[in-house]
Amino acid sequence: MEIKWYIGLAVALFCTGVVGVLVRRNSIIIFMCIELMLNAVNLLLVAFSKMHASSPAAIADPSIVSNAQIFVFFIMVVAAAEVSVGLAIIVMLYRNTRSVDVNFLNRLKH
Amino acid sequence: MSNILKFIWLIPVLPLLGFLFNGLARKQVSKTMAGIIGSGTVLGAFCISILVFFSVKGGNTHVAHYFNFIDINSLKIGFDFQVDQLTSIFLLIITGVGFLIHVYSTAYMHGEEPKDFAKYFAYLNLFVFSMLLLVMGANYVIMFMGWEGVGLCSYLLIGFWFKNTDFNNAGKKAFVMNRIGDFGFLLAVFWLIVKVGSVDYHQVFDAVAVAKTNPLTTFDVTGITLLLFVGAMGKSAQIPLYTWLPDAMAGPTPVSALIHAATMVTAGIYMIARSNILYTLAPVSQNVVAIIGLATAILAATIALKQNDIKKVLAYSTVSQLGYMFLGLGVGAFTGAVFHVMTHAFFKALLFLGAGSVIHAMSNEQDIRNMGGLKRYMPVTHITFLLACFAIAGMPPFSGFFSKDEILAGAFAKSPLLWGIGVAGAVMTAFYMFRLYAMTFLGKFRGTEKQEGHLHESPKAITFPLIILAILSVIGGWVGIPEVFMHDGHLLDDFLSPVFEQSNTITQKHVLTHSTEYILMGTSVVLALIALLYAWNRFSKYQKTGKEEAGLGKVLENKWYVDELYDAIIVKPVLSVARYLNNVMEKKGIDGFVNGVGKAINYGSRQIRLLQSGQVGAYILMMVLGILLFFIMQLYL
Repeated sequence: MEIKWYIGLAVALFCTGVVGVLVRRNSIIIFMCIELMLNAVNLLLVAFSKMHASSPAAIADPSIVSNAQIFVFFIMVVAAAEVSVGLAIIVMLYRNTRSVDVNFLNRLKH
Repeated sequence: MSNILKFIWLIPVLPLLGFLFNGLARKQVSKTMAGIIGSGTVLGAFCISILVFFSVKGGNTHVAHYFNFIDINSLKIGFDFQVDQLTSIFLLIITGVGFLIHVYSTAYMHGEEPKDFAKYFAYLNLFVFSMLLLVMGANYVIMFMGWEGVGLCSYLLIGFWFKNTDFNNAGKKAFVMNRIGDFGFLLAVFWLIVKVGSVDYHQVFDAVAVAKTNPLTTFDVTGITLLLFVGAMGKSAQIPLYTWLPDAMAGPTPVSALIHAATMVTAGIYMIARSNILYTLAPVSQNVVAIIGLATAILAATIALKQNDIKKVLAYSTVSQLGYMFLGLGVGAFTGAVFHVMTHAFFKALLFLGAGSVIHAMSNEQDIRNMGGLKRYMPVTHITFLLACFAIAGMPPFSGFFSKDEILAGAFAKSPLLWGIGVAGAVMTAFYMFRLYAMTFLGKFRGTEKQEGHLHESPKAITFPLIILAILSVIGGWVGIPEVFMHDGHLLDDFLSPVFEQSNTITQKHVLTHSTEYILMGTSVVLALIALLYAWNRFSKYQKTGKEEAGLGKVLENKWYVDELYDAIIVKPVLSVARYLNNVMEKKGIDGFVNGVGKAINYGSRQIRLLQSGQVGAYILMMVLGILLFFIMQLYL
C-alpha cells in the first residue's frame, strides 16, 4: 500500500484530535483527543519506518534501518504513564469542583 | 631691563590671585582686607607694567610661549603673551586707571555688606585680569578669551545689585549685545584659520604684509575685517549695537568708570589698532569703520544734549568719543585713535568718578535737574570735574584737544566732509558737557532740604583718584604735541611707530600744511568755545520749569526712540516666535508626541490584555493558529 494512505489517515486522526481539543469542554474527551493526536503520530512513525526499511538502499545495507517500530512501543509506554497521571488530575478536579468542565479552571487565576 | 620680560605673566596673574582670594574667602575677609588685596594686586601689576613700558621703548617686541593651548594637526595655537608698544600703553591705562578706581571703590562701596564688598572686588579683579589677557595675548584666540571674560565681568558688575530687576535686565542686555558682536569676531577668527592657517599676530601680519605671499584675496580681507569690526561694534558700543552702554549705567559708578568708559569699551579700538595691517589692506572696511564711527559720534552726541541723568549724559558722551576713535581708525590715524583712548581714559574716568562723588553726596540722586550749586559744597570734585570738562571739550592745552585734533586732522586729510561732521560733534560735546557742568555745580541748589543738609565733600579715598586723574587729564595730551607746535613733539607717535610700521609702508601718510592745520584747529576750538560759553551762560541760571519737552527735544530726550525701535523690530518678534514655539510646537507638538507614545502603549496594552481571558480553549486555539502560521511560513516563505 502506498505511503500516502497512511499519511492521509494520520492527518485525519490528528485533525480530529485538534478539533476535539478546541471545541469540547469535557476534560475527559479533551484527554481522549490528545491521545488520538499522539497515536496519529505513532502511526506515521510506523509507516515511515516500514517505508524506509523497504527502500533499495536499506535492502543493500540493513544496518542503516532504525528500529522505529520498537520506538513506538516506548512511546506507548510513556503515554500509558501519562494517561494515569492525567486521569488522576481529572479525578482530583472532579473531586474539587464536582465537574469535569475545563472552563471551570479559569478560576485558577483568582 | 629685559629681565622683566620674563615676568610679564605676573601682570595678569596678580589680579587673578586677587580674584581667587577675594572670591573664595569673601565670607571671612574683612572690608579693609578685601580693599587692600583688590587694589594691591592691581598696583603690583601696574608697577610691572611700568618696567615693561621702559623695556619695550626701543621698539622691542617680546613674545613669550607658555604652552600649547590648541594643537590639532597643522593648527597650533599657543598660550602666548606678546608685549610691544601698543600693549604696554594699554597695560598702563588698564592697571593705572584700574588701580585708581579700585582705591576709589573702597570708599564708594563702603556701605555694602562685607561679603558683597569682597565679591565686588573679586569681580573687579577678574575684570582687570580678563582685560590684561585681552591686550597681552599673542594671537586672536587668547584675545578672544579676554574678550569674553570682560563681557562676563561687565554682566556681573552691571547686575551687581541684582535684586533690582531693571539692573538685571541692563546686564542681560549688555551681555546679549556683546554676544552678537562676539559672533562676528569668532567668524573672523575661523576665516583666518581657514585661509592663513594661523591666528598668531606675527604669522598673520607678516604673511599679509607682503603682496607676494599674501594668502588672502581682497574679498577675504574685507570680510575678515568687517566681521572683526562687528565684534568691535558690540564691545565698543557702536551703531547698531550701542544701546547696551547707556543701560550699563545701572552698575555701581566706579564700574561705569572702569569698564564702560576707560577700559573695556576700548577693546574694540585695541583690536583694530592691533590688526591695522589688515584694515589698511581693506579700504572698504576702513571706510565702513570711519562712517559708522562718525555716525555713532554724532548720534550719541545729539542724544546727550537732552539727557537729564548725570550718568546717562556721560554714557552717551562715551559712545560719542568711541565713535571718534573709530573715525580715527577708519581714516588711518591709528596713533590718533590710541592717543584718544589714552586721554579719554583719563578724563572720562575722572568725569565718572566725579559724577560718583556727586551721587554719593546727593544720596543717590542722579537727576541733574535736582542738583545745582554744588560748587560751594564740593570744591575738589568741582575743580577736577571742570578740568575734565575742558579736556573732553577739546580746549587747549588740555589732553582732549591734542588727541581729538589729531583724529580730526586725519579725517580732513581723507575728506573735508568727515572733518566738518566731526567738528559738529565736537561742538555738541562742548555744549552738553558744559550743560552738565553748569546744571550740576553752578546756580542754586534745586534739591530737597534734606539733601542739602547732607551735602559734603567726599572722603580722601575718593578725592585722591580725582586729583591724580585731573592732573593726567590736563597734562596727558602733552605726549602727543603735533608737529606744528613743536618739532618732534609727538612722543607717542615715535613710541608706537613700530606697531604701525607695516601699514605705514603701504599707505602714504597725508601731511597737511601748517597753515591748514592751524585753520582746522582754530575753527574747531573757536566753535567749541562758543558752544561752551553759551551752555555755561544758559544753564548756570537753570530753573526747574516742569515743562515737557516738545518736538525734536522730545525725540532726543527719548534717544531717537532707538530702544523702542529695536524693541519693535527685534525683541517683540523674537518673543512672539518664542511664544508660538512654546504654545504650539512645545505643548502641542513635542508634548503631544511624548504623551501620545504613552497613551498608545496604554491603549494597546488594554487591548492585548483581553487575550489573557483565562479560557483554556482560547489559549489552545491561539496555539494552534500559531502553529498553522508557522507551517504556512515554512511552506510559502
